[in-house]
Amino acid sequence: MSRKTSIHPQRSNPVSPKILPRFAVPAVAILAASALAGCGSTSSNSGGSPLAQSASAGSVVVGSDNFPESVLLADVYGQALAAKGTKVGYKYNIGSREVTYNLVKSGSITLKPEYNGALLAYLNKSAAQTSTSEVDAAITAALPSNLEILTPSDAQDGDTLTLSKQEASTLGLSQGATIGDFVTKLAGKSITIGGSPEFQTRTQGLVGLENDYGLKASQITYKTLDAGGPLTEKALTSGQVDAGDLFTTDTTISSGGLLTLVDSKDIFGVQNVLPLINKSSLSQTGVTALNAVDAKLDSATLLKLDAEVQVQKQDPLTVANNWLKSEGLS
Amino acid sequence: MNLFTYLRQFFDDPAYRSGYDSIWTRLVEHCEYSAVALLIAIAIALPLAILSGHTGRGDNAISIVAVVGRALPSLGLLVLLAAELGLSLSVTMIPLVLLGIPPILLYTHAGIRAVDPAAVDAARGLGMTPWQLVRQVEIPAALPLILAGLRAAAIQIVATATLAAVVSFGGFGRYIIDGLYQYDYAQVVGGAVLVALLSLVTLCVFWLLDRLLVSPGLRTR
Amino acid sequence: MSGALVHTGVFDMPSYVQSSFLGLIRTQLEVSLGATLAGLVIALPIGQLCSRLPRIYPATLGLVTIIYSIPSIALFVLLIDYTGESETTVFIPLTLYTLAILVPGVVDGIRSVPPNVLDAADGMGYGRMRRYLTVELPIALPTLMAAVRVAAVSSLSLMSIGSTIGNYGGLGDLFLLGLKFFDNSLIWVGLISLLVLSVFCDILLRGVQRLLTPWARSLRSVG
Repeated sequence: MSRKTSIHPQRSNPVSPKILPRFAVPAVAILAASALAGCGSTSSNSGGSPLAQSASAGSVVVGSDNFPESVLLADVYGQALAAKGTKVGYKYNIGSREVTYNLVKSGSITLKPEYNGALLAYLNKSAAQTSTSEVDAAITAALPSNLEILTPSDAQDGDTLTLSKQEASTLGLSQGATIGDFVTKLAGKSITIGGSPEFQTRTQGLVGLENDYGLKASQITYKTLDAGGPLTEKALTSGQVDAGDLFTTDTTISSGGLLTLVDSKDIFGVQNVLPLINKSSLSQTGVTALNAVDAKLDSATLLKLDAEVQVQKQDPLTVANNWLKSEGLS
Repeated sequence: MNLFTYLRQFFDDPAYRSGYDSIWTRLVEHCEYSAVALLIAIAIALPLAILSGHTGRGDNAISIVAVVGRALPSLGLLVLLAAELGLSLSVTMIPLVLLGIPPILLYTHAGIRAVDPAAVDAARGLGMTPWQLVRQVEIPAALPLILAGLRAAAIQIVATATLAAVVSFGGFGRYIIDGLYQYDYAQVVGGAVLVALLSLVTLCVFWLLDRLLVSPGLRTR
Repeated sequence: MSGALVHTGVFDMPSYVQSSFLGLIRTQLEVSLGATLAGLVIALPIGQLCSRLPRIYPATLGLVTIIYSIPSIALFVLLIDYTGESETTVFIPLTLYTLAILVPGVVDGIRSVPPNVLDAADGMGYGRMRRYLTVELPIALPTLMAAVRVAAVSSLSLMSIGSTIGNYGGLGDLFLLGLKFFDNSLIWVGLISLLVLSVFCDILLRGVQRLLTPWARSLRSVG
């Protein structure tokens, strides 16, 4: 009965009068550890960012970015390859292009689904090409020799600047209004924009809005949400952000009464879906299989498949397999 | 030198000097989330724990709260509430408050329970009312443990507030999450170091409070 | 085609999780309990040292408290530079965090052995090792096991934050995946399974504690 209640970790009261010596030792220890931390880290050898992963050899690895459509397209491409006998492994949901591009480059993943306009903007911030063929040519010129893009599909899914219902009505904008109209009507007022973390630093993002449309950085408060995903959808429909980046195939735009502004200066550009591949890891059979997929993929199909995954909540792998089978590609 | 290179890069970057992404703005956000959550958690847990410690009841309930509190994943709660209830700040505050309550309950309850029964007897013998007893004897005697509980809650809340960045809010966690997505390790390091420093400052604040508030007669060792 | 469920059963994981439900549980247990074990292996000698040389205890306790106060996501990302985005990057901080619980646990456990019992053992001719194994450890066990329990449950829930640097969060992976892929049910499954798993481990360890210390059953401990 004399046993006191015991609580961890504070049973022996750590706060004592002899505080200076007691924190001096750990403080010195931490300083020493930080000094050591300064030396000899992995990235100093490879010269790359610590966020990059090392290359691995083996069968085809299909990677995807961190949003549902990318996973779906990865499944479509991957399963098309698997149907022709290639051994396929998947790495889903890795991160944004800033991360995954480097993985394809290093060979850590063999291929990933890409959008030509966005890829070009990533490779060359000041690119001004506007048609699919021009964009593809520019990409091919900008890519390192071990990377390649294949034949683009007709399917497009790009970023948008979409206004919340409240903001659209406050500014008196309606269907057909351009981003330029929006900036003019704003007249220097501040707004909250929501999107993925990378949207802040991309030309197909805040940088383009500032450079091409004259939106001032001082007007913008940015709320990091996700890449056209549920967080951005929620924030726009509830009016927590005035404008946001949703993808063109997003059904919330119509169901939530949101207004997608017309991109008259084309900062978001063409966005044909196509695979980015690491040449050394993919055979000619594989390339043919992927080109066959792109020949049959168009925007309407992409929209339908997206809805099956995001609205009907079907598994993207199943959706991919079903579609490939129905098109005779597997 | 490598970690410090990243840090220098981060602090040199003008993007973090002003505007919505400035270090000052993020600091204020982080402190706001944490302070408000801590105050609410104290308002809920402290009276409950004092009552239960004073009356000697509720040992089991507090035990259970302690286990559940430890087992609750902060990220899971944040994400679930955001996904189900939306992205408002008040919704995001809920996990911060919830995770701050168990340490306060546990330590305060134990502290009050551990007060020397002789002192309590003496006080009663002096004719103190229960409220006087609590205020003048039990709380001061239990103060070291109460402060330990508040400190543990504050640390937990600062850490959970860092994760609020995953569901779109600010604070130093914003640098970590954005840096991971933008492939910008300098930003990641900046955020991580800043939040570590903030936690250490929190520790210091409570150490100071302990030195200032705890009666010298209660200091052991 | 409409109204189809994401997964046919609540425990069937969608393809992008890249692991079965049981696989997630296995990873979760391996890493979290592994870290707790590693923490114990480190804490035992440190605690022993601290109880032998009480002067170093406050400083040691200060150090592990400082480490414990740093948010886990900060430690994970700072380690990326050294151990990459991998399971190790999650394992090491988890182990360090358990030290803040286990080192005091070991010290308190050793201190809970009454000196007259140690004297009696010495008087009966027990050697150091035999005294440690057959007298000190068993008496210290309740306090020690209580600390192990707390450390295990903490590790289980802290591991989920590992999902922010890749799919190293065990069941915690389901939180971010459910968020990104419009699938709230995945988040619920992750949260509830993790809670149940934690409570289960707590009960299991309490049972182990009681089994190992039949004489301590009359003593109560809070938390």
